[in-house]
Amino acid sequence: MIDFKNVSKVYADIVALKNATLHIDQGDFVFVVGPTGSGKSTFIKLIIKEIEPDEGEIIVDGKNLSKMSNRDVAMLRRDIGMVFQDFKLLENKTVFENVSFAMEVVHSTKRAINRQVPQMLSVMGIDDKAKNYPSELSAGEQQRVAIARAIINNPRILIADEPTGNLDPDTAWEIMQLIELVNKRGTTVVMVTHAKDIVNRMNKRVVAIDQGEIIRDSREGEYGFDD
Amino acid sequence: MIKGAIYSIKQALRQGFRNKGMTLASVFSITAMMLILALFFFLSVNVSYLTENIKDQFGTIEVFLKDDTTSTQAANMIDSFKDMPGVETAGYISKEKAMEEFKARWGDKAYMLDGLSENPLPNSIRIILSDLETGDFIATTAASLPGVEDVRFYREEVSKVIKISNGIQNGALVVIIFLVIISVVVVSNTIKLTVMARQDEIRNMRYVGATNWFIRGPMFFEGIIIGCIAAIISIVLSSLIYTRLCDALGTQAFQLFTASLVEPKFLITNIIWIFLALGISIGAFGSILSMRRYLKA
Repeated sequence: MIDFKNVSKVYADIVALKNATLHIDQGDFVFVVGPTGSGKSTFIKLIIKEIEPDEGEIIVDGKNLSKMSNRDVAMLRRDIGMVFQDFKLLENKTVFENVSFAMEVVHSTKRAINRQVPQMLSVMGIDDKAKNYPSELSAGEQQRVAIARAIINNPRILIADEPTGNLDPDTAWEIMQLIELVNKRGTTVVMVTHAKDIVNRMNKRVVAIDQGEIIRDSREGEYGFDD
Repeated sequence: MIKGAIYSIKQALRQGFRNKGMTLASVFSITAMMLILALFFFLSVNVSYLTENIKDQFGTIEVFLKDDTTSTQAANMIDSFKDMPGVETAGYISKEKAMEEFKARWGDKAYMLDGLSENPLPNSIRIILSDLETGDFIATTAASLPGVEDVRFYREEVSKVIKISNGIQNGALVVIIFLVIISVVVVSNTIKLTVMARQDEIRNMRYVGATNWFIRGPMFFEGIIIGCIAAIISIVLSSLIYTRLCDALGTQAFQLFTASLVEPKFLITNIIWIFLALGISIGAFGSILSMRRYLKA
């Protein structure tokens, strides 16, 4: 599903990623861990082609990212759901609109939107918040909206960048269960995190990056850093 | 494609309404710009119309004949004038025809001429020039012919008017171009503010796989809508102003040259299409300019 072949990325003098080679299968659940500034965010930005590698080749869902037009990139991103630490919800849109917006982008019909969005909000346990604005929700509820938006178009990959970073431990665990549910439906999950407890408790594949290098890739790994 | 365009227009209207203040400010600025532009356009068209009239009226040489000049002599003169370079045509104007024309020019005051016991106008030959430059030579030649009483040719005056007219039209063109550029910049700034205000939305759109045109479409149409509204308002206002101006000046304007202002109906019909096209172009170009600069893929 995701292939990195000798990928390097350098910002000015800082090596963000160095000769990284990695293979992630369809349906995998991968934690990407490492200290701050280790290259985790670069790794994610490269997958969604927000930035270009200086060297190497990246293949996502069978498509070589270096040979993509702007339109192809847009199509690629329709197969990738994104969840962020700060939720990145649109404050001037209701919960319903925040989720339906993702469907409008892919030209879904009004009928499909009115059918699927309430279903998704129900799965996420926030169906009673449809008419609320993000500022009226708790952090956990906002992250549920963000996950709903990320997976409403049935993406093949879910990228989560510190999705539990702003949540208390109980809410964080609830969010992790939702993400695991998404993974069980067949979606490949790549999650960048600093949450040591969650990584250790989930017992999933762990890719550790330090100073731009992949230093560990274990099938059922632990967090492995002190921070 | 059509579905996408409809979505973009809806979003553009929603976005324009959400940013009412900015949209109104832009519409107001462009309307003001287009109104000034309309006035220069009216000025330019009228000057051009007037110049053509003057050319028609004064790009001619009137050769007045002595009373004893025979029709054979006149016919010979006409033939020789016709052979001269720069002459479009030459024709005989009898004193009766000259009086008819004179009366027509006086319009509703022509009855004053009815009191004349005898027609004081002479028979004449009217030479219409295709090239004003040759006029002097023809006029001098005509004056030296036997049977010719007097020759009237206003070459210098016509040349002066043409020169002034060209100056006014070139000046108007410069002002029009300047105003169009300012209008494009105004639209471009509005769209820039839209892009800034929607930065989060645009980033999210990109994350969920929106194509460039899905993002740019609403902004493109927002610019066009602003341009269109400004065009419609300025068409209505400038038409009212021009109609009032024509009513106020009536046929008295430029009576010296027996020419009036261009018919409001003709000018307004033209300005509708010109200004709508201009409004759409200003809006579209302003949007594209802003998107190219602030909304890179």
